[in-house]
Amino acid sequence: MPAAESAPPAIELRHIDKRFGTVHANRDVSMSIARGSITGIVGENGAGKSTLMSILYGFYEADSGEILVNGKPAAINSAHDALRLGIGMVHQHFVLIDPFTILENVMLGAEGGALLRRGKASAKQELERLEREYGLGVDPDAVVGTLPVGAQQRVEILKALYRGAGILILDEPTGVLTPQETDQLFRILKTLRARGSTVILITHKLREIMAVTDEVYVMRGGAVVAHRRTAKTDAGELAELMVGRKVRLEIEKGPAKPGAERLVVEDLTLHDARGVTVLDHVSFAARGGEIVGIAGVSGNGQSELLEVLAGIRAADAGRIVVDGVEITPSQPRDPARMRDLGVAHIPEDRHRLGLVVSFEATESALLGYQHDEAYAGAVLQRHGAINRHCAALMDEFDVRPRQPFLRSASFSGGNQQKLIVARELARAPKVLLVGQPTRGVDIGAIEFIHRQLVEHRDAGCAVLLVSVELDEIMALADRILVMCDGRIVGEVARSDADERVLGLMMANARGADGIAASA
Amino acid sequence: MRVPLPRWADMALIPVANVVLALFAAGLIVLIIGENPLKAVRIMVAGALGDSEGVGYTLYYATNYIFTGLAVAVAFHAGLFNIGGEGQAYLGGLGVGLVLLAFDRVLPLAALIPLAVLAAALFGAAWAFIPAYLQAYRGSHIVITTIMFNFLASALMVYLMVNVLIAPHQMSPESRELAPGAWLPQVKPVLAAIGVTVARSPLNLSFLLALLACVGVWAYLWHTPWGYELRTVGQSERAAVYAGVKPGRIIVVAMLVSGALAGFVGVNEIMGVHHRLLLNFNLGYGFTGIAVALMGRNHPVGVVLAGLLFGILSQGGAELAFEIPAITPEMIVVIQGLIILFSGALANFSRPFFERVFAATARA
Repeated sequence: MPAAESAPPAIELRHIDKRFGTVHANRDVSMSIARGSITGIVGENGAGKSTLMSILYGFYEADSGEILVNGKPAAINSAHDALRLGIGMVHQHFVLIDPFTILENVMLGAEGGALLRRGKASAKQELERLEREYGLGVDPDAVVGTLPVGAQQRVEILKALYRGAGILILDEPTGVLTPQETDQLFRILKTLRARGSTVILITHKLREIMAVTDEVYVMRGGAVVAHRRTAKTDAGELAELMVGRKVRLEIEKGPAKPGAERLVVEDLTLHDARGVTVLDHVSFAARGGEIVGIAGVSGNGQSELLEVLAGIRAADAGRIVVDGVEITPSQPRDPARMRDLGVAHIPEDRHRLGLVVSFEATESALLGYQHDEAYAGAVLQRHGAINRHCAALMDEFDVRPRQPFLRSASFSGGNQQKLIVARELARAPKVLLVGQPTRGVDIGAIEFIHRQLVEHRDAGCAVLLVSVELDEIMALADRILVMCDGRIVGEVARSDADERVLGLMMANARGADGIAASA
Repeated sequence: MRVPLPRWADMALIPVANVVLALFAAGLIVLIIGENPLKAVRIMVAGALGDSEGVGYTLYYATNYIFTGLAVAVAFHAGLFNIGGEGQAYLGGLGVGLVLLAFDRVLPLAALIPLAVLAAALFGAAWAFIPAYLQAYRGSHIVITTIMFNFLASALMVYLMVNVLIAPHQMSPESRELAPGAWLPQVKPVLAAIGVTVARSPLNLSFLLALLACVGVWAYLWHTPWGYELRTVGQSERAAVYAGVKPGRIIVVAMLVSGALAGFVGVNEIMGVHHRLLLNFNLGYGFTGIAVALMGRNHPVGVVLAGLLFGILSQGGAELAFEIPAITPEMIVVIQGLIILFSGALANFSRPFFERVFAATARA
């Protein structure tokens, strides 16, 4: 429900231009964001969305161009300026202090005097008012660290509202949410809009744009390439605009031809340092030639499962059999020896596990294979072979820019991931462990990575795919297992799965959100 | 607005700017005590580089700084802060002394040199092993334990020198002098043999050992799979585990190498200069090594350059204290301290300025 045309837009960007060295991050970007609307900004990674929002929020200064807030030219040099103008930001990674209560988190930076008591009382009153008005459903006295992710995100929104933000920027807000939590977030955004707030939603998920926005800007290569009324476009057109060519959101693949069992897991159990059970008698098998998807809200044991299977952690009980070789807690194998068995691992956390951000691409492309005879002589490394290998991976997987000596951190998320996938697939593994292969990866790269996974399936590899993106699981998996609280709570064939069924299974046994386990 | 600095500026410009700032601050202090800073600089440079004697002393000091600087750098690449160079150098000297006292009258120099080098490495590494083990497998912080081991080394050496190794019939806690056949050749006679005349100085062949150590460290860190693993652990322990590396093992190995490098100070001091075991020959080199590594960006080439700078400061400073009595040896320590302050604690002090300059020129 955009406001009347006569009122000045909440935010107007005029000819914003920004370069980082040779990278032209924003090219002559102009946008007009109507008051009381939800406006989406979509684009691939590196399209310039984040830079643009960082300029709007005062992290960067534009090289040229101007920003108008409520019709008046504004100089935004810091987050403080942005807040003063009523612009609030909900970051992708929350900025919350876990041991503090919601009230304490919200008050931080606006304590109201030397003694907390008075400030606390008035803050509490204000929070209650916001609660009545927007229905965020959070208890001010709850400790933030104990809350589910969705509720923590609502605390971030609350923080912005408490500071009087009438314009809210949300950066990839749904990455960590269950479908139900996502729905709840969208309800809140619509309430905000109804109360006259302006919302800017940055995302690369087109479904969300279609579900909740009034207008949408598409960015590509630093520039705005399209501006549409959401009602007058569709996901296909937007996807095409984003990548500049037709993409298939559905991956084309033939039926699976499952062969022999390559990976068998029996009663795998793991306790963390505090004694909490993170894996609870997990059993399943994956055959060569099939993709087994593991769906679940993040933090329900999937990460630990991958780590145990990759040899990073030893299980406390149970056993793993890879191609007939048994691995038990009394005879664990470290990641190097799991690789020897033909197990490759594309880890969930590419920045901390998959590569070393300060290393050159050649060095990251060697990770895990540093003692391979092809790359290490008796004493010295074979730098020639290492560099050729990296260049070959880059060619084959279209890693851009093709600069083997560039620091890994200088590649975009999608290209970093392509390099990791290339490295892990280079040896035609028998078992492929994949965690969140396309998190923070742009559409073009997603399609490419998905195709690679399917190709390796067809070549007889057993692929275990862990993802919190249901779209991804449903596009790729031949069978779907659902994990919750460290257990496998259900298995569905791909043909029987839909998002509702999976969503309810994922929320199974999670009393906190009050969702009944009805599936 | 700022941009990240180009690599050359990061490697060269900032360290040089830090030294210039430090010298400027030192100049102000010289000015305050009523002396002419330019004259002081002239005396320092002339004293350190003006003649072959000065150069000899400068390189002799630099030898020690290169050893301890490399020691800190290797540990740093594994993500460890080795503050224990002082103690490891002390123990390295003990190892050299013990081996030479045992064999100096039995074995020829050609056999004694490798033995002494090996002993220095073993003793230094052994002294680093316990803190390394505690860090790797028991979670004790390496900074705390290596500092404590400096005190332990000091106490151990006093005990040994006073009660065990002291030469009979004398008061000062020193061992007997080594047989001249066990002395590491100094540079003066070596150069004289090929017809080059230089003044006498303590500079000896361990300078070559220092340069060899640089090449070795460079090859180890950047050209072997083990060095690759060491750097991986230093950058990201989780990525190292993912790559099948055992971080505990790497921590121990890195500290052993680091301790061995620091131990080489003993070769220079005991075999090359003092020709006997004594107390406090290690004083200050371990700690200054931290500054040398910081300033040298933990790269062997940088460590050599920074080691030379600190060698110049030590030798030129001694000369300065001699020429201008108002500038006491303590003042020289202050100047060194300023350089450590500016290139260590304030290493990034000038960075924002240069980033703005580069941003402005990039835009222009």
